[in-house]
Amino acid sequence: MPRRYVSIWFRHLTTDWMSRRKPDLKDKAFVLAAPERGRMVVKAVSITAQSKGVELGMVVADCRAILPSLEVFDYENGLEERLLNALAEWCLRYTPVVAIDMPDGLTLDVSGCPHLWGGEKPYLKDLIEKLRAFGYDIRAAMADTIGTAWAVSRYGQVTPLVPTGKNLEALMPLPPAALRIENETTEKLIKLGLYQIQSFIKMPRSTLSRRFGKKLLLRIDQATGYAQEWVLGIKPLVPYQERLPCLEPIRTRKGIEIALNKLLETLCVRLAKEDKGLRTAVFRGYRVDNNIQEIKIGTNRPSRNTIHLFKLFEIEIPKIAPALGIELFILEAPIVEDLTPEQEKLWASKINHDGEIAEFLDRVSMKVGSKVIHRYLPAERHWPENSIKEAKSLDEEAQIEYTEDLPRPVYLLPIPEPIEVMVQLPDYPPLHFIYQNKRHKVIKADGPERIAQEWWEKEGYFRDYYCTEDDSGKRYWLFRLGPYSAGDPKWFIHGFFA
Amino acid sequence: MESRVNQRSEIIQSLQKEILALQGHRRAVDDNLPSADLGPILAAFPEQIFPIGAVHEFISYDNEDTAATAGFISGIAGQLMDGKGTAFWISPRRTIFPPALKIFGVRPERIIFMELPKQKECLWAIEEALKCKSASVVVGEIGELTFPESRRLQLAVENSNVTGFIHRIKPRIVGNVACVSRWFIRHLPSNNSEIIGVGVPRWSVDLTKVRNGRPGSWQIEWFEKHFQDISQPEIAIRKIHALKTG
Repeated sequence: MPRRYVSIWFRHLTTDWMSRRKPDLKDKAFVLAAPERGRMVVKAVSITAQSKGVELGMVVADCRAILPSLEVFDYENGLEERLLNALAEWCLRYTPVVAIDMPDGLTLDVSGCPHLWGGEKPYLKDLIEKLRAFGYDIRAAMADTIGTAWAVSRYGQVTPLVPTGKNLEALMPLPPAALRIENETTEKLIKLGLYQIQSFIKMPRSTLSRRFGKKLLLRIDQATGYAQEWVLGIKPLVPYQERLPCLEPIRTRKGIEIALNKLLETLCVRLAKEDKGLRTAVFRGYRVDNNIQEIKIGTNRPSRNTIHLFKLFEIEIPKIAPALGIELFILEAPIVEDLTPEQEKLWASKINHDGEIAEFLDRVSMKVGSKVIHRYLPAERHWPENSIKEAKSLDEEAQIEYTEDLPRPVYLLPIPEPIEVMVQLPDYPPLHFIYQNKRHKVIKADGPERIAQEWWEKEGYFRDYYCTEDDSGKRYWLFRLGPYSAGDPKWFIHGFFA
Repeated sequence: MESRVNQRSEIIQSLQKEILALQGHRRAVDDNLPSADLGPILAAFPEQIFPIGAVHEFISYDNEDTAATAGFISGIAGQLMDGKGTAFWISPRRTIFPPALKIFGVRPERIIFMELPKQKECLWAIEEALKCKSASVVVGEIGELTFPESRRLQLAVENSNVTGFIHRIKPRIVGNVACVSRWFIRHLPSNNSEIIGVGVPRWSVDLTKVRNGRPGSWQIEWFEKHFQDISQPEIAIRKIHALKTG
């Protein structure tokens, strides 16, 4: 695929932004200034002020002398970068690779994108018109190389659209500064009467290198396409991403559902080819009014089942506010894991229903959150309440077996509750106990089973557990905390047996 | 003449079976599905088969009964899961201590617990779980259940063949529900005086309602992984929990 790049030049980035925020500034002369060596120096000039003779780098006092009505605002450090970042993010709707070109431009790698807008001309027109409508005074150009696009956007007089393979022709009439070279070199070239690129580009390379340095040659090569140049996008590319631009802005739920379904299908076909399943997916809608609507889903296990994934998204769709309409949909899968047929085995029980349980769990976690779902595995800990741990995943298997040689209550109180007891002799089960104001006479008892505190974790008394049965056959799990020698030990109830 | 009478009774029998099938009573043997052996209680069910692919209702009024009911349910669930099935245990708050279910034949790591404090969400989850064909058993602990809600649950299992146990804990209104049976499980004292310790779990089972069957009361115990009548001679050799102490 031939590479195509767009370079956008914001001629008055910060001041345009100011007048966008305060519409009454629109036609006023104002500057942004910052203190420098004890003086206020102009850092940005509005269009009106520029036309009245105010220039960058002037001292504010001098400007006021030229233009008494000049308004001065504080210049904020790093403002350009912040603005360019936001604009670059907005431009992601045109291409996945957008780079910032400090201090006043953006570079877009649009290779393979314009046909979605019906060609390069409508693509560039759409981009320029939208940015101008925001109030930015911009110039943009499209070319085969970053260098030519940059040059034409800054200095081009003919057309912003440089056809494929016509880089050199487009560069010829431009001034040397269009090559992105240092001011020193530019001045030297001008001094020698080389006002246009065509007057020196055909010179022998050794001569150019000797006179003007290697940098000039590199820049010429980059502009003409003999040397490679890369851009670093603001967002790293998500490898699993599908895009769907719309001819008309989409406003209805049905429309969004169709878009989502289409994107899911193409993504899942690709995942199936690569034996992978997605764990998280993000669905974004780029709205016409410069707003991005986003919904996310997560799954418990890797999945590539379109119907299931659609169901998960379905719950979230009402959160999308289409407002005036969405013009581009993007579906991304940031986390993708291997999904091989063997993984299905563990949870396929009586009938093999491809991950049905996992899908049900996904629906629950989408609706009420994943923290409500628990599965427990035995843990090698002493105290009963610590003897189970939560399984980290659906497929995690127990390291040790659950034991069944010790009696454990089916109903375990989350926190042992204190009881009053009557004990005949030390180390004997109680004769009766009072729990929730009800007196239970103990008829039968087993025990004690001594469970010690884990000394490596915490100091504390052991527990002596008794299984007891009262006169109506109800069975309780009681324990005494600590020995009798330590004074009056406390008794607790910890569970009910089946 | 006699052959005609025989024929007629055969026809009637097969028609009755069809009616039973239509009413949601499935013969586990036919469909090669796991069955549950409830010992003497099986006499209560049509054709002496515990209805699977249906919703059973259990009611308990205090913590002790709740534990007894949970034990009884897991005794049945263990047989239906048969060591490899998956169960859902959906409740507003988990009270079940998973390791204790092992003696009832349930593999605790194969149970997925869900804690849903809101009644509406809890019911939704139970219904969705019942629709999940790969699940074996769904236990739903819930307080109130209205007739339309129970109908939905019954409709959910009709396609999936999942057996549902609705355990209603301290319900304010018992009401009429569309479940195939209604059970009350209470503790029974271990009555033999020779042995000091607590014996195996023993319950008094009241089946107050069963579709196409005969309700009744039984006294059963859980002995070596099966249900049995407490009057059986094995009582004498009752296993006492071997306790490790110290």
